[in-house]
Amino acid sequence: MAMIADDNRGLRLAARYAVLVLIAVIFVFPLVFMVMSSLKPTQQLLEDSGNLRAFLPVGDISLSNYFAAFQRAPVASFVFNSVLVTGVTVILSLLVCSAAGFAFVFVHWKGRELFLSILLATLIVPFETIAIPLLLMVANLPWLGPEGVTWGWLNSYRVQIVPFIADALTIFLFVQYFKDLPGELIEAARVEGASWFQIYRRIVMPLSGPILATAAILKFLVMYNQYLWPLMVTQEEGYRPVMVGLQYFFQLNVAWGEVMAYLSLITVPVLAFYLYLQKAFIASIASTGVKG
Amino acid sequence: MASKFTVSNRTGWLMAGPAVLLIAGFVILPFFLAIAFSFTNQRLVSPNPTEWVGLANYRQLLGVTTLTLEPVRDDSGAVVLKDGAPEYPSLRTITRNNPDRPDLAGMREWFSFSLGGDSRTYVLARDVVFMKAIVNTFIFVLVVAPVQAGLALGLALLINQRLRGINVFRAIYFMPVVVSIVVVSLLWRLIYDGQSGLLNNLLGAVSFGLIPRVDWLGNPSTALGAIIAMSIWQAVGFHMVIWLSGLQTISPTLYEAAAIEGASKWQVFRYITWPGLRNTAVLILIVITMQAFGLFAQIDVMTNGGPLDSTQTIVFQAVERGYGKQDISGGSAISVILFVIVLSISLIQRWLTREKS
Repeated sequence: MAMIADDNRGLRLAARYAVLVLIAVIFVFPLVFMVMSSLKPTQQLLEDSGNLRAFLPVGDISLSNYFAAFQRAPVASFVFNSVLVTGVTVILSLLVCSAAGFAFVFVHWKGRELFLSILLATLIVPFETIAIPLLLMVANLPWLGPEGVTWGWLNSYRVQIVPFIADALTIFLFVQYFKDLPGELIEAARVEGASWFQIYRRIVMPLSGPILATAAILKFLVMYNQYLWPLMVTQEEGYRPVMVGLQYFFQLNVAWGEVMAYLSLITVPVLAFYLYLQKAFIASIASTGVKG
Repeated sequence: MASKFTVSNRTGWLMAGPAVLLIAGFVILPFFLAIAFSFTNQRLVSPNPTEWVGLANYRQLLGVTTLTLEPVRDDSGAVVLKDGAPEYPSLRTITRNNPDRPDLAGMREWFSFSLGGDSRTYVLARDVVFMKAIVNTFIFVLVVAPVQAGLALGLALLINQRLRGINVFRAIYFMPVVVSIVVVSLLWRLIYDGQSGLLNNLLGAVSFGLIPRVDWLGNPSTALGAIIAMSIWQAVGFHMVIWLSGLQTISPTLYEAAAIEGASKWQVFRYITWPGLRNTAVLILIVITMQAFGLFAQIDVMTNGGPLDSTQTIVFQAVERGYGKQDISGGSAISVILFVIVLSISLIQRWLTREKS
């Protein structure tokens, strides 16, 4: 009797794993297909997609698609632009939004409640609904540079950075996190004569590791994957990020080998980064759902 | 508790100021500009001054009317048949240069139907493509919201089991979320390909060649469905994680009590899990709906709105006008229409899912 029960349990366990593995295959196969295809000549890639060879590094394997991709488009420039825009925006966003969260939670000032509720109301405005008027706006904004005042932000890095530094979700996440910190600590520090800046710098920031990681990851995903906005505001190749650079590859005669090489090139580093920091990534998405 | 040590207007302004100004300038201002531009003829670059045009943009986008026509009859009064069906007067003769119906000028047939009898009712729209875009967007949202939320819940329940190595599966299911939707769209273009696409090969193999090859994105009846399936594949892991964090807030003592009472699996789900997920469910539904209404990148990369406008969407139309044709006012009017739709739907969702006392 005991043995039969054991067998049943083993069988049920195996069935559970079978379901889990089957679903995993559904999520992974396109990505494996992408990387394997990037190593094959286009002709072979299309032939292989008829069978399981599509998922294996077999046949005429080389990195020649990658070299060809660099020939076809200024790939290095796209990557540089994406890294620059994403990096600068993430850093400025952490500074500006954590300072705002700090002011909304710890400092008592006139207009605090009002401004916080106005900021949070913007959570329901999808970016898609303001993109068009924003386009006209940035086309006419002034900028003070080394060559004096110039008009129009199109084709620049700032047009891809400045509008995305502050956003309601990031501020909201900081506010939620700061509310759980012991407020008495901050008040005690004030009584001791610490300046606000010292408190922000020496007490609150050192306690904010998890929320800084969360906010950075969310902003990184949004910024690196931007498409609609840079598509509209960067007509000049020199400022285009990787996602817009894709357009060089899907013209009339698609050279799929090169496309797959470019896709792998801009995706695999992100996937590796994700797998390395997997727990932090998942925790950051989960934190967007914890609210009343 | 505001003690005198924590009151400081200067610090508050200094620290919150940058964020407040940036959001005021780059979210709130453009939001009101969208409303203002939608009542003008503003263009991105134009030699002519901008003028107020009232509701003209909205009338152009949303103008819909019906027209019932009697079939053409010959001298004896019998209905003229053409290819076995009654023939109707050409719409163009009625909508163009018709002094009797100047209101129909510029309208085109959207679709037509017959309510029995010989007469046929035509639904005319001033902007047929935009009407199709609205319908397609609603189909996308109505399918994606429940299916994606449901699948995500299923995955979350699956991943919430205590099994060795379960974290590996969680990491894998989440993987597509970190991949750009633009990359995913281009990749799936090859998977959906009519000639050598993986999907056709797979279907052919499992059905021993019985299922014919389909050009998934080139066929008006499958293109939107193909985009829906891919979008769910990409985003379902995101909502799985949110469900999962909801599941983990449910107290384990409730499950222990249920086990002692001998509750069945379904009873446990129905009376413990589901009530505990209420707030999560409302949030997920609203977030998915808002995201789904923004459908753009998939269309831009995969179909450009085609074939036969079967994948036109509201945001794709807004961009095509506002950016492609540099018609800021038309694009803004579409943006305002989209915002009104999203806002009303999230209000309705909130009302339907409110706590009933």
